[in-house]
Amino acid sequence: MTLTQAPVHIETVDLAVSTVRELNQALHATDDGTSWVVDTPAGQHNIAVGIDRDLDLVVNGHVGYYFAGMHQKGRVTVHGSAGVGLAENIMSGTVHVTGDASQAAAATGQGGLVIIDGNTGARCGISMKGVDIVVGGDIGHASAFMAQAGRLVVCGDAGEGLGDSIYEARIYVKGTVASLGADCVEKPLRPEHLAELAELLTLAGRTDAPTDFRRYGSARTLYHFAAVNAAAY
Amino acid sequence: MTNSYASRGLRESATFDRATINDIQRAATTGIYDIRGWGAKRALPHFDDLLFLGASVSRYPLEGYREKCGTDVTLGGRHALKPITLDIPITIAGMSFGALSANAKEALGRGATEAGTSTTTGDGGMTPEERGQSRHLVYQYLPSRYGMNPDDLRKADAIEIVLGQGAKPGGGGMLLGQKITERVAGMRTLPVGIDQRSACRHPDWTGPDDLAIKIAELREITDWHTPIYVKVGASRPYYDTALAVKSGADVVVLDGMQGGTAATQQVFIENVGIPILAAIGPAVAALQELGVHRQVQLIVSGGIRNGADVAKAIALGADAVSIGTAALIALGDNDPRYQAEYEALGSSAGFYDDFQDGKDPAGISTQDPILAARLDPIAGGKRIANYLRVLTLEAQTIARACGKSHLHHLEPEDLVALTVEAAAMAGVPLAGTSWIPGR
Ligand SMILES: Cc1cc2nc3c(=O)[nH]c(=O)nc-3n(C[C@H](O)[C@H](O)[C@H](O)COP(=O)(O)O)c2cc1C
Repeated sequence: MTLTQAPVHIETVDLAVSTVRELNQALHATDDGTSWVVDTPAGQHNIAVGIDRDLDLVVNGHVGYYFAGMHQKGRVTVHGSAGVGLAENIMSGTVHVTGDASQAAAATGQGGLVIIDGNTGARCGISMKGVDIVVGGDIGHASAFMAQAGRLVVCGDAGEGLGDSIYEARIYVKGTVASLGADCVEKPLRPEHLAELAELLTLAGRTDAPTDFRRYGSARTLYHFAAVNAAAY
Repeated sequence: MTNSYASRGLRESATFDRATINDIQRAATTGIYDIRGWGAKRALPHFDDLLFLGASVSRYPLEGYREKCGTDVTLGGRHALKPITLDIPITIAGMSFGALSANAKEALGRGATEAGTSTTTGDGGMTPEERGQSRHLVYQYLPSRYGMNPDDLRKADAIEIVLGQGAKPGGGGMLLGQKITERVAGMRTLPVGIDQRSACRHPDWTGPDDLAIKIAELREITDWHTPIYVKVGASRPYYDTALAVKSGADVVVLDGMQGGTAATQQVFIENVGIPILAAIGPAVAALQELGVHRQVQLIVSGGIRNGADVAKAIALGADAVSIGTAALIALGDNDPRYQAEYEALGSSAGFYDDFQDGKDPAGISTQDPILAARLDPIAGGKRIANYLRVLTLEAQTIARACGKSHLHHLEPEDLVALTVEAAAMAGVPLAGTSWIPGR
């Protein structure tokens, strides 16, 4: 018996011809298992936001603010760079950017995986609530500010104030950290951390050695209002 | 009391009064600022300083119980495909599950639904109890984004992007550990029992240009169905309203400094922001200059207590009002029947403002299951509906007396001010004169 696979049909949308609104409405209405290619994004904002279908989407070019915002399902890849708020509040699924991402990448993400092969700007993973983020390059200042849950992996260097007022998220950095924010401290890299780090690096298609990273997290000294912490509030 | 002190030759300082002395003593003892609920407690220029000019010879009134006086309002028609129409222009303000018990949230939803109006989530996400019992539910989009998710966003009848609150314009949220129970912590992705601080700025945008893109994103995610409100604490209402309109808001929500809060530093509550009386005029002026007055609706809040306040806010140009503190009182907050318990907490019925402590005898601002069980959501819903009906009837009574067949026909010309300050702030003449200070 031979299995013949149906030829994969790929929907192609050229944003030089169609509007972002038309594209998003088509992506909201499509079926699970579909494949999409978007050309000429030209840095437009709000492309591919609110996707709730198990689809594959490839964008050829740069995208603007909030690309794949509130992403819920499927795999999305940008061959280019992304603007502010990439995959903000992502719930699950995967968003991969081969270039750089601007500020607030994966902000408030509740789940899923965001991979940025290049660098990101300030506030990467701000208020993250369960998302996993893997950055191939450097991240900017105030990243993981008030990070609540999830894991942030940085293969390059981190800017100032990393993990300020962090709650329970875990941060792994391979390069240097310009400075740690209030209540963020270096923590031991135990076997369970090496294991989760190895898994995240593999998911992101990276070959960095987990043992080259250092781990940072909350000292939990700001969890209760206290006069002694007045300078840190 | 005061007289007995006076008769003994004792004089209280107006500057260092007993409350101030207590504040200093408390600060010296604890080394940390005072956090409390409720809104500003100091005397402020308010709607009490305005009066309506009833009809007589120059205008004729409508027959009290015979002639119609409409109360409906439609919100969000500017850009949303599904605007919402409410039977009355009085909505329930956003108060979080976490700050309030699940029973209290459910009661607010039930009462609002019975009265034909909307209720609002808060800084803590949407509960099924609340969604289930609310015909019109406004979903808040706050800097913390606790529990934020696209499914709830699509379930909402409107989305309210919160930039600030009247009690603390420029401030973030806090919820103290006593109230971070397992359920509240789970919804906010936080450890149980910690003192939670939340950010004052949105994590992924700053300024009006970004806000325009953010609003467009939320419209895209909800396929342009859902009205989008922008809520600001009253500080620079003219500019904030103009920028919200420019950014694409369907509705502007303006909360004055008397507005309630679940937990904020007392110094913030009493010293930041402006009274709602002073904020409505500039906001309306911005809407008028942009040619969108009554097209982009204005909802105002901060110390709305009775139908006269509702009518005055609308006469000054608001489309609707919102209530927080008054709704909690209607539910049973500060009820004298709990006097003994208020005393035990170091407070008294009529004074209780420790919403942050989670020990509310009335079962409203608490997560303690035993206290929360004291509030029956069905009976509470009835009380809210009753109260909303009274507010509406009172506002209609005044509108008819001014000869108006709809609350929205009330206008600044129907009002005068009792004080020079109120005349200047509200932009209506001092009673008995044609003088509006500053014009
Ligand atoms: C207990 C309580 C909780 C509140 N929680 C929120 C909130 O989560 N988000 C928000 O935008 N405003 C919140 N507010 C403010 C109200 O939405 C509203 O602006 C205010 O209560 C209106 O003024 P009023 O209390 O004088 O009616 C809260 C107010 C109270 C009393």
